[in-house]
Amino acid sequence: MKKSFALAGITAFLACGAVKADITVGVSLGITGPGASLGVHYRNAYQLMPKTIAGEPVKYIILDDGSDPTNAAKNARKLVSEDKVDVLMGSNGVPSAVQMAQVAAESKIPMIVLTPANLSPQVFPWAVIVPQPTEIMMGAIANELKATGAKNVAYIGFSDTWGDLVYKALDSHAAASGFKITTNERYARADTSVTGQVLKIISTNPDAVVIGGSGTGGALPHVALVERGFKKPIYHNHGTVNAEFIKVGGKAVQGAVAVTGPLIVPEELPDNAPTKAVSLDFTKRYEAAFGAGSRNAFAGYAYDGFLILNAAATEALKKAKPGTPAFHEALRSALENVRNVVGTHGVYNMTPTNHNGVDERARVLVQVEAGSWRLKK
Amino acid sequence: MSVDIFLWLVQDGITNGAIYALLALALLLVFSVTRVIFVPQGEFISFAALSLALLQNGQTPGLIFLLMGGGLLAFAMEAWTAYRQGDWRNWPVSVLLYLVWPMGMAGLVMWLAPTKPGLWSQVGLVLGMVVCLGPILYRTAYQPLAKASVLVLFIASMAVHYILTGLGLVFFGGEGLRSEPLSDARFQWGVLNISAQSLLVIAASVLAMLILWLFFDRSLYGKALRATAINRLGARLVGIRTELAGMISFTLAALLGALSGLLIAPITTIYYDTGFLFGLKGFVGAILGGMASYPLAVVGALVLGLLEAGASFAASQFKESLVFSIIIPPLIWLSLRSRHVEQEEEEES
Repeated sequence: MKKSFALAGITAFLACGAVKADITVGVSLGITGPGASLGVHYRNAYQLMPKTIAGEPVKYIILDDGSDPTNAAKNARKLVSEDKVDVLMGSNGVPSAVQMAQVAAESKIPMIVLTPANLSPQVFPWAVIVPQPTEIMMGAIANELKATGAKNVAYIGFSDTWGDLVYKALDSHAAASGFKITTNERYARADTSVTGQVLKIISTNPDAVVIGGSGTGGALPHVALVERGFKKPIYHNHGTVNAEFIKVGGKAVQGAVAVTGPLIVPEELPDNAPTKAVSLDFTKRYEAAFGAGSRNAFAGYAYDGFLILNAAATEALKKAKPGTPAFHEALRSALENVRNVVGTHGVYNMTPTNHNGVDERARVLVQVEAGSWRLKK
Repeated sequence: MSVDIFLWLVQDGITNGAIYALLALALLLVFSVTRVIFVPQGEFISFAALSLALLQNGQTPGLIFLLMGGGLLAFAMEAWTAYRQGDWRNWPVSVLLYLVWPMGMAGLVMWLAPTKPGLWSQVGLVLGMVVCLGPILYRTAYQPLAKASVLVLFIASMAVHYILTGLGLVFFGGEGLRSEPLSDARFQWGVLNISAQSLLVIAASVLAMLILWLFFDRSLYGKALRATAINRLGARLVGIRTELAGMISFTLAALLGALSGLLIAPITTIYYDTGFLFGLKGFVGAILGGMASYPLAVVGALVLGLLEAGASFAASQFKESLVFSIIIPPLIWLSLRSRHVEQEEEEES
C-alpha cells in the first residue's frame, strides 16, 4: 500500500511537469483481502511488463482495493481524477471490476477488465475483457462430459458470484451436450467441512461432478468426495488451476481434470499452437522472477491485458497525444478493433460487439499427474 | 434422508461442534474475566494451523517476527509502567513472558524449522509460538484499557483483529494450506467410516474441557479467575490482581485457539483469514449458551455444529444465513431479560 502511494506520489509529481506524452496506466487490484491469493499474481505480472509502448514511456500506478468493490470504485475515481490515467486495468474480483468499469464509462476512459465480468450495455463500449468467457471454458468441460457419455452431472460451487457464473456457464451447455445437472450445492472457501453437500451429491448418484471453486478453495469438495469413496471423474474450472491446489489436495486430487488457458502447459503444446511462443517466454520470465512452478493463469491475464493495450495504444498514438480526450476516444476505438493479438492465453480479435475476442484456441484441458498440471491426452 | 446420511451428518456436526465449543469456551472465559469480546480469537486458529503446515514443509513461519516485535513492545510498556510506579517486583515475570519466551521461541523455531522436526515437536513449537501471543496481546492492547467500557474494548478488539489478519497475509500468503493428518487411520463403525483425525478432535476437545473444569474448580488461579468474573471489584478487594486474571485468561484463550487450529489444520484448508469465521461461530455458540455458562456454551456450540451440518445438506445456499440467524432468538431473550446491563457498566467504569 505504502509503495503504491509513493509510486502515485512520484507519478503525480511527474504529471505536473512537462512530460505529458507518457501513457499512464491506472491499475486497481485486490492485493489484500479475500481475493489476495489471485491479486498477488496479477500484481507480479506488472513487474514483467515493458516500460514503453511504441517508443512512448508507460507508467503503471498500482493501487490495492483490498478485494472490496467500494474501494475499487474509489481507486478508479482517484486514478482518473488525480492521476489523469489514460487507461484503467483491474481488478481480480468480478464485483470490483464491474465497479471500476462503471467509473471508466462515466469518465470516458477506456478500461481493460482482468476478470470474466458481464458488463451492462452503457459500460460495454468503454471496456474490453481479457479472460476467456466462462461459457467458452465450461464448453470444454461439457464436450468432455459428452465424450464420456455422462448423463447426470452434479455441481458444487462457491456461494458467491463465481459459483453462480460457473453454474450458469455449465447449465448453458447442458441441453446441447445431453446431460442433466442434478445438484446446485454451495460452500464457502472458509468452511470447515462440505460433508453435507457431498452426501447430497453422492445420493443423486452422478456420473461426474463439476466444482465451481477457485484456487485452493477447489480442493475441499474434491478431497471430501474422494474420502467418501467417489470414484468417477471430477472436473474443475479455470479458476482452480495453480500449484497450491495440488499441494493442498495431495493424493486425493490426482487425476483431477480442469479447463484452463494454454499458458499453464506451453511446453506440452504442439509447435503449431499460436500461443506457444508467447506463453513460453512469459512463463520462463515469470518463474525466473517468482520461483519455479509459480506460473498461473492470472498473471497471464494481466500480461495479455498489456499486449492488447500495446496493440491498441500503438494505433491510438498515431491519432492523438496521451492525456487528451481525443486519445482516450482513439484508444477506446482501437481496443475494440484489435486483430490477431497473440497473448499467453489466446488470440484476441475484438469487434465493436465482441469485447473479448478469444475462441476455442484459448482453452485446454489439463489433468493432475504426479503432482503437477499436465496437458490432458 | 436415509439413516446413514443422518449418521454421517451427526458425526460431521459433532466434529465441527467440538472445535466451535473450544472457541466458545475461550471467548466466554475472556469475556467474563476481562469484558473483552475477543474478536481476534480466530486468528490464533489460523496462525496455529498455518504455522503447522509451514513447519511440515520445512519453512520458518513469519509469525516469529510478530512474537519478537510484540514481545519487545510489551516489554517496553511493562518497563515504562514499572519505572513510573517504581515497582519492580514483577520484573522477573515480565522478562520471562515478554523477552525470554518470545525470543527463545523464535530462535528455537528458526533453528529447528529447516530440520523438519517430528510431528510432536512441530505441535510443541506451534503451541509455544501461538500461546505466547496471548499475554503479549493482553499487555499491549487490552491491559492499558482495562477500565474502559465494553464498547471501547470491542473496538480495540476489531483493531487487533485487522492488524493480525493483515500480518497473517504477510506471514502466510493468500493461498490456503492444509497440514498432514496426525493419523491416516479410519475406522468402520456400522455404516460410518470415521477418520482417526475426527476422533482425535473430539477426544482432545473433551480432554481440554476436563482440564479447564479441573483448573477452575480445584486450582487457586482458576478460583481467582472465577472470582474476577463474578465480581471484579470484590475480587480486587480480596487481593486478586485483575491484570493477572486478564493475563491468565488471554493465555488460556490463546492455548484453546492454538489447540483448535492444530486439530482443524488437517481436516480443511486454512487461509490467513479463515480463523475469523471460526471465531464468529464459536461466538454464536457462546451466545446460544446465554454468554454466561460454560456447559451451556458447549451445548450451544454442538447445536451449531449439528445445525450447520444439516443445513449444508438440506440447503447449502443458505447455510451461513441459517447458522447466523439462530442467534437472533437468544439475543432477543437476553435483551428482554437483562435490562440493566448498561447501568452496571457505568457503575463499574
